[in-house]
Amino acid sequence: MQIVIGAALTALFLGAALLSFVWTPYDVAVLDIAHKLAPPGADYWLGSDHFGRDTLSMLMVGARTSIAVAVLAVGIGMALGVPLGLAAAARRGSWLDEVIMRGNDLIFAFPSLVIAILITAVFGPSATNAILAIGIFNVPVFARVARGGALSLWTLDFVLAARVAGKGAARISAEHILPNIANLLIVQGTIQFSLGILAEAGLSYVGLGAQPPTPSWGRMLADAQTMIYTAPRLAILPGVAIILMVLGLNLMGDGLRDLLDPRVRRARG
Amino acid sequence: MARYLLTRLLSLGLSLVAASLVIFAVIEVIPGDPASYMLGLNATPEAVAALRDELGLDGSLLSRYLGWVAGMVQGDFGQSYTYRVPVAELIGDRVVVSLPLALLALALSTAIAFPVGIVAAARRGRAADYAVMGATQLGIAVPNFWFAMLLVLVFAVRLHWFSAGGFPGWEAGVLAGLKALTLPAVALALPQASILARVMRSSLIETLGQDYIRTARAKGLSRRLATRRHALRNAMIPVLTIIGLQFSFLLAGAIIIENVFFLPGLGRLIFQAITQRDLVVVESVVMLLVFAVIVVNFAVDLAYAAVDPRLRRGGRR
Amino acid sequence: MIRLEDLSLTIGKAEILRRVSLDIAPGRVTGLVGESGSGKSMTALSIMRLLPRESRVSGRIILDDSNILEKSERQMCALRGNRIGMIFQEPMTALNPVKTIGDQVMETLLIHTGHSPAEAREIAREKLARVGLPEDRFPLTRYPHELSGGQRQRVCIAMAIALSPELLIADEPTTALDVTTQAQILDLLRELVREEGMSLLLITHDLAVVAGMADHVAVMQKGEIVEQGATEPLFRAMRHPYTKALFEASSHAPARRPTATGEAILTVSKAVRDYALPRTRLIGPAPVFRAVRSVSFTLNKGESLGLVGESGCGKSTLARAILGLEPLQAGEIRAFGQPMGPGFPTRLKAGIQVVFQDPYGSFNPRWKVARLVAEPFHLMGTRPDDWRARVARALEDVGIGGDAMERYIHEFSGGQRQRIAIARALILKPEIIVLDEAVSALDVSVRAQVLDLLADLQAEYGLAYLFISHDLSVVRAITDRVLVMKAGEIVEEGATEAVFSAPAHPYTQALIEAAPAIPAEWKVHEHGQAPVV
Repeated sequence: MQIVIGAALTALFLGAALLSFVWTPYDVAVLDIAHKLAPPGADYWLGSDHFGRDTLSMLMVGARTSIAVAVLAVGIGMALGVPLGLAAAARRGSWLDEVIMRGNDLIFAFPSLVIAILITAVFGPSATNAILAIGIFNVPVFARVARGGALSLWTLDFVLAARVAGKGAARISAEHILPNIANLLIVQGTIQFSLGILAEAGLSYVGLGAQPPTPSWGRMLADAQTMIYTAPRLAILPGVAIILMVLGLNLMGDGLRDLLDPRVRRARG
Repeated sequence: MARYLLTRLLSLGLSLVAASLVIFAVIEVIPGDPASYMLGLNATPEAVAALRDELGLDGSLLSRYLGWVAGMVQGDFGQSYTYRVPVAELIGDRVVVSLPLALLALALSTAIAFPVGIVAAARRGRAADYAVMGATQLGIAVPNFWFAMLLVLVFAVRLHWFSAGGFPGWEAGVLAGLKALTLPAVALALPQASILARVMRSSLIETLGQDYIRTARAKGLSRRLATRRHALRNAMIPVLTIIGLQFSFLLAGAIIIENVFFLPGLGRLIFQAITQRDLVVVESVVMLLVFAVIVVNFAVDLAYAAVDPRLRRGGRR
Repeated sequence: MIRLEDLSLTIGKAEILRRVSLDIAPGRVTGLVGESGSGKSMTALSIMRLLPRESRVSGRIILDDSNILEKSERQMCALRGNRIGMIFQEPMTALNPVKTIGDQVMETLLIHTGHSPAEAREIAREKLARVGLPEDRFPLTRYPHELSGGQRQRVCIAMAIALSPELLIADEPTTALDVTTQAQILDLLRELVREEGMSLLLITHDLAVVAGMADHVAVMQKGEIVEQGATEPLFRAMRHPYTKALFEASSHAPARRPTATGEAILTVSKAVRDYALPRTRLIGPAPVFRAVRSVSFTLNKGESLGLVGESGCGKSTLARAILGLEPLQAGEIRAFGQPMGPGFPTRLKAGIQVVFQDPYGSFNPRWKVARLVAEPFHLMGTRPDDWRARVARALEDVGIGGDAMERYIHEFSGGQRQRIAIARALILKPEIIVLDEAVSALDVSVRAQVLDLLADLQAEYGLAYLFISHDLSVVRAITDRVLVMKAGEIVEEGATEAVFSAPAHPYTQALIEAAPAIPAEWKVHEHGQAPVV
């Protein structure tokens, strides 16, 4: 049940984001001061902002930004973290394991916001830097999940059997370990995806993410804050969008976990 | 125990050194010449040279790093380029806002999450559990700064119970200060409490399935007593990990929330410093934040040892 | 003392117990035997009313003329630990890791009696001393992780008997323990029954254990008691076919045709294997644990060589070294004349294959059987063109049909999986198969069938087995020669029958002495009959 709701919400936002490439109700790049702060209605389904931009269009394009940042950040985390975690597990207790895990601890000491601050201080704010900041923070997360899952698999006899068959650590990691931790990684991927949406919103809210004129949910909130007395709607809608998107991803993650967890599955069968 | 303490202390020291190296490298090495970076494109060569001199950039990398670290150890973080005051002074003024905020939020989040998580685990699969799981699922999805705006809208704009922002300073009295931090702390704490409550619940449920709980029940302990005496302490181990991680999120969150409430904390300071390209302030505040996270994780390690006797004999997680 | 009348139990939709009736007499030992899944543990948990939530029980459990099943939870709490104590199979996890053993024993006293903590501590001290943990060597402030498995089981017993209950339920109390420790724990239980006048409900899968302990035996199969009665007459008569089958399977010796030759194909000389232990000091070298201490032996072509020893004696480490998975610190292993090590020719590695203990962990759950069995072809560089035919033949050799090739491993039972593991070991036509506790995880009836299969395969292909096991009876049934290992050293070596009938080393004598056995005069002599399971 929850996986259906989750997938539906995720699909809704994904669809809106994709649709925004070809069509939005209004062009978000065009300012129309004459129609500023229009209430929701037939013309502007969700109203317009202080520059007369259509809120629905802004939300659609904002979804694009959020999803792009979060997906790329998860991609970075997986692409770097999973091989590191697998390598650490394959050489458990060695200096390599030690270096990888200490490096992870070090990154954990820099919350993604602090990484973003560091990057921004040097390179200036941009969506790319937000992706980097969130992505770097994802690396140790995936490394840990991969290492933890791999370590328990390395103790199993089928790995010993593969070693008896003359297979090396890299081949065993690819053939035996990775397919068996794939479900863990998928579930963690959806969780990090939703955290990425939240982090992107936070970063662009404080001006460290996507820069104007690119619409993003966090920026919309920052802009709306000054008008919270006059037009609270502008602050509420992007927040609701964020909540629904994150909720959808989390529900999907939980659903996937139940679906993919062999323990749960066995209990059902 | 002494050995465990020693290894944790050693790891604390190494983490601090590594973190300071990273920050130093990013701030002082990567942008090329920090002085011309700070002054922007239109700076005269004389101004750049003067700033280079002021920042001590003419020494070797190693001597600059050592000088920076030695200064920090003595409480000297250098001089802010834009404010023209010692950075330590700036930080001192701001940290008394940010740190209480993060700690208040942590206390609040823990105070809410523990009972909620325990009740949900004890009533697993019943209405109370579903209610908690639903509410926390929503709580996790709420961005804290948006929740903060909502709180302002309801409690400041509509109900006028609190002011919409600003900080009177601790000179105005502890109560006034706490009142100004209440809404920000609630905004920070509730999403974190949702996460913590779920961790508490799942950890407790897992612990309740352990063999020693069955042993305790076979001794004649009621379910409630077995939970209290045998499950809770064991269930705390993963919860402690999350509390440690949460502190770093709360600290980062506090920086953002300060913007919503116009609180004069480290967050405001660092964002101003970024726009003004005041690298000295940026590197000092970042180092301070990382220092706080590392120290809290050290405290979590000590808490592990207090909870779990297996660790006291020098074992590792 | 307690009487079960028509006890039936369903959990969810599964029928677990069917009309179980059993009389547990005061001051006596009642044995409840059966294979895994027979419902024997659930019977015990029904008496304690500690069943899983979705359980539905009917029938009656009578204690003092009242039905336990009708008692309130509060009344049950007053009963558990006070009048009925219970100990479980896995002592390593049965104790709370963050509480001292003294506190855990005291707790039983504190919740049921008005003793002050000081009095409770005094009684806990006495009880711990009674179960063989005197305070001068085992202070009450010890934590469970500082004790061995056998010691922890003693703590569990102290906890369960702290209030001298009328009934002690012991659910597989020694299954997780070594044979010598098992003998000590069983002795302790026997003494406690005699001295305290308590009843003992002893649940086990091991017929020999009940034979040595119980006054009354009940045999369970698929949730029903199929036969019960006084122990000796029951064993002598074996009225029910299931009892008989269980008995024959447990002492089953496969018919073997000698294939051993004098040609040595594996020689181990003065092998030493060290492990680095966790550091205890920050500086200086890490301490070293010597798992294998200068072990030497040879394995001949076509021979079945047993390696027995208790857990932690180094036998599995030795096996991994023979397979070339771990380096030696000194000494040498030669297979087919070549020294084992990084330079060992890959094609010769095909000559040594292995079967592991765990039928569940031995296979990648995401691969189909054909690919699993074909994995050793990796040693040949490429899979031969006829690999599928060869997999099918290997599966046929172990009695698994060819349609298994396209199925996943979770579709097979434990016994079938172990057959598939043997097929995987056979696929390259090796000369040596290392069997590392290969039948230890199997129920006795399945174990007997797998042993028969191993004997047949050896006769057919002239295989040499290195048969590693902690189970003396299995080693006796399947090997020509045996090595006894203790603390990393081989303490005795010789022809299997000679070693078992006249053990020379005190350790071997202790092992054989400790192994529970059904008295020889109880056995009905009916040879040449295969088990009917």
